Amino acid sequence: MSAQTPPPPASAAAEKPDNVLEIAGLRTQFGTLDGTVKAVDGVSFEIKRGQTLGVVGESGCGKSVTAMSVMRLIERPGEIVAGSAVLSGTDLLALSDSEMEATRGDRMAMIFQEPMTSLNPVFTCGDQIVEALTLHRSMGRREARRRAIEMLAKVGIPEPEQRAGQYPHELSGGMRQRVMIAMALSTEPELLIADEPTTALDVTIQAQILELMKDLREQNDMAIMLITHDLGVVAEMADEVVVMYGGKVVERADAIAIYERPHHPYTKGLLASIPKLGEKRRRLDVIKGVVPNPLNLPSGCMFKRRCPVAMPVCDSPPPVRQLEDGHISRCWLEPDGSEPAVGANASAEKAAAAAEDISVEPLVLPDPVKDADKESAA
Amino acid sequence: MTEQQVQERPVAKAVSKYDKLLEVDDLYKYFPVKGGLMGLRTVAHVRAVDGVSFDVRRGETLGLVGESGCGKTTLGKVILQLLEGTDGRVELNGKDIAEMSSAERKEVPKQMQVVFQDPYASLNPRMTVGEIVGEGPMVHGMKDKQQREKLVRDLLAKVGLNQSHVHRYPHEFSGGQRQRIGIARALALHPEFVVLDEPVSALDVSIQSQVLNLLADLQEEFGLTYLFIAHNLAVVQHISDRVGVMYLGKLVELAEVESLYAQPRHPYTVALLSAVPEADPRRRKKRLVLKGDVPSPVAPPPGCRFHSRCWLREQLDYPEKCETVEPEMHDVGSGHMSACHYAEEVTPETVAAAAEAQARHEDSLAAAKAAAGPDDTTPPDGGGDDDDGAGGAIGRLRGAGARGAGVLLRGGRGKKS
Repeated sequence: MSAQTPPPPASAAAEKPDNVLEIAGLRTQFGTLDGTVKAVDGVSFEIKRGQTLGVVGESGCGKSVTAMSVMRLIERPGEIVAGSAVLSGTDLLALSDSEMEATRGDRMAMIFQEPMTSLNPVFTCGDQIVEALTLHRSMGRREARRRAIEMLAKVGIPEPEQRAGQYPHELSGGMRQRVMIAMALSTEPELLIADEPTTALDVTIQAQILELMKDLREQNDMAIMLITHDLGVVAEMADEVVVMYGGKVVERADAIAIYERPHHPYTKGLLASIPKLGEKRRRLDVIKGVVPNPLNLPSGCMFKRRCPVAMPVCDSPPPVRQLEDGHISRCWLEPDGSEPAVGANASAEKAAAAAEDISVEPLVLPDPVKDADKESAA
Repeated sequence: MTEQQVQERPVAKAVSKYDKLLEVDDLYKYFPVKGGLMGLRTVAHVRAVDGVSFDVRRGETLGLVGESGCGKTTLGKVILQLLEGTDGRVELNGKDIAEMSSAERKEVPKQMQVVFQDPYASLNPRMTVGEIVGEGPMVHGMKDKQQREKLVRDLLAKVGLNQSHVHRYPHEFSGGQRQRIGIARALALHPEFVVLDEPVSALDVSIQSQVLNLLADLQEEFGLTYLFIAHNLAVVQHISDRVGVMYLGKLVELAEVESLYAQPRHPYTVALLSAVPEADPRRRKKRLVLKGDVPSPVAPPPGCRFHSRCWLREQLDYPEKCETVEPEMHDVGSGHMSACHYAEEVTPETVAAAAEAQARHEDSLAAAKAAAGPDDTTPPDGGGDDDDGAGGAIGRLRGAGARGAGVLLRGGRGKKS
């Protein structure tokens, strides 16, 4: 098995430099009665062919909204207000609704946490895969049916012919998730977005599904965006990891670097707060406080109220630092973890100028809502 | 370092070894499955709890783990008398709860309380925090409103909530805060024993650790005894003194936490531990992936319930005993209980051997698949002649999902060493 797994990111990039998905400056907002919620606020990352990107963070950090934005499944009052999401050269955000419908489920597919809510209860499992194939591959029903059964076999469902005729409620949770995966992969998408695919499953079934996803990733050479809060699952699956907090990417690096050389205090806190097998501690380290209300986000660094090393300078938006190749962190701390060169108590103007210098990503994005207001006022 | 920290646990727990707070003796809970004409006839029974015996010692935390549907929550509910047991006894402080007079029964909540999994469903949305936490004391005779409010405020402070929130409603709180309210409610009557049914599964990781620390602090302060039901093995290891593992309504292993995690003596526990993904991308774990799903508790397999998925049985060349004789819990050394006929065979060596044998089996299976060519479910172009072709891969994958005996060895992350 191990011989077949794809090589590490560096050499993979050398062979196939193409990114399957490139997201840049993506912003998704929800207009509520109490104000605008910036659920995704300037998120950028890319996923290479045959690689898995893990997106981690607590609930409300914007990881699922990022995925839904890429799939263009955001509904009112939500709106994608800026940025781009490019799938192998196609700007998804520029497609018309019908073009998007043709792309979704064909070149890109998504699997969700709870398969029961995503499978249609009044159609058999086979019919639902057949539908995807007749829609996207203009296959005849007979051929589509043969292919559906083949897919069910491929994801490890025993007696696929019989299972194809069964309804979702007749299957166990693990089997349903397999059906979801079979459906998602029936059109051989370039990109699979998996939103908490194993959270609802038991560990033994989770292990089966993760092995299955690894095998299918190798066979189809597809890219996976794996959204989860389980740092164990990410360690198991991901080549690269993006840590999100308050709608922003706060740290991004290859998997080994995230676990061994985390830089952002939030990443460190997350890693320290989970109990680990084989390690017994009297007390767990905690991240104090709770995720901030998205309507009342702190100025400057989003994490400063919970951060154990918060400094006055954190009232200014922190720079996006490049620590090593491909490892970035949105934090005032120097790469070695020491106090920022600009000084822990630097004035707002000085800090802003310094942040501008250090940053590898634009820090201040134009606010389309305010701009639109100004325009209409003018 | 970890050993030292383990020893920091209060000494009181060690000396109270024979002081049983709760005794569960051969407990059964069957749910009828209705069917037949108009659904009036009982056609079968779901054997949710099927003969479980254990005790909980004063001051300890007993962890209970198992996959969904193994009966761990039902067991908790029967202990709490939220469900009536079909057979068997639950003794609290030496008294059989089922045989208590109604007056005595009313006093049980003062000794035994519960915290539920879902902090959204377990708090009445129409009651304020003060009413929720103060309801127990009110029912049990604390009629004075001011006195009650003072108690509630004290409790809120103890669980780390703002005292001024006493007049707020549950919807104004986050999940972690709600779970703290649930804990305050459980403590309002100063019980000795608290059943914690998946108390942190619905919470975010950073909040999980806060609540786990709170539970440990409260246990120390009030000398509480916990029955901690959860499916997360790392969390159970963290909080428990002893751990019981359930499978299909039965307890299959029960031991001190260090012993159970360091050397599990039941093949199911080995597989469970092996399935947990570790937060370390470098660690290549030789993984035993169990095949198939948990069988139906309506008709559990005869003999040992785990035999249909057991890797050890395969390793021992399918001994007949596993299918015919139901194994009893027995001591396999210094109080480590296991319900496996061949518990002494569960060693790191057999686990490794099973893994290797399975890897070989898997390879030969793949080769056989490839040699046999495409079957009816394989596309004409999908079956390869070489071992690594699509046909072989499909064979492996189908094997992974098939119900039946055995394990699949996967080498964990094959890349990046």
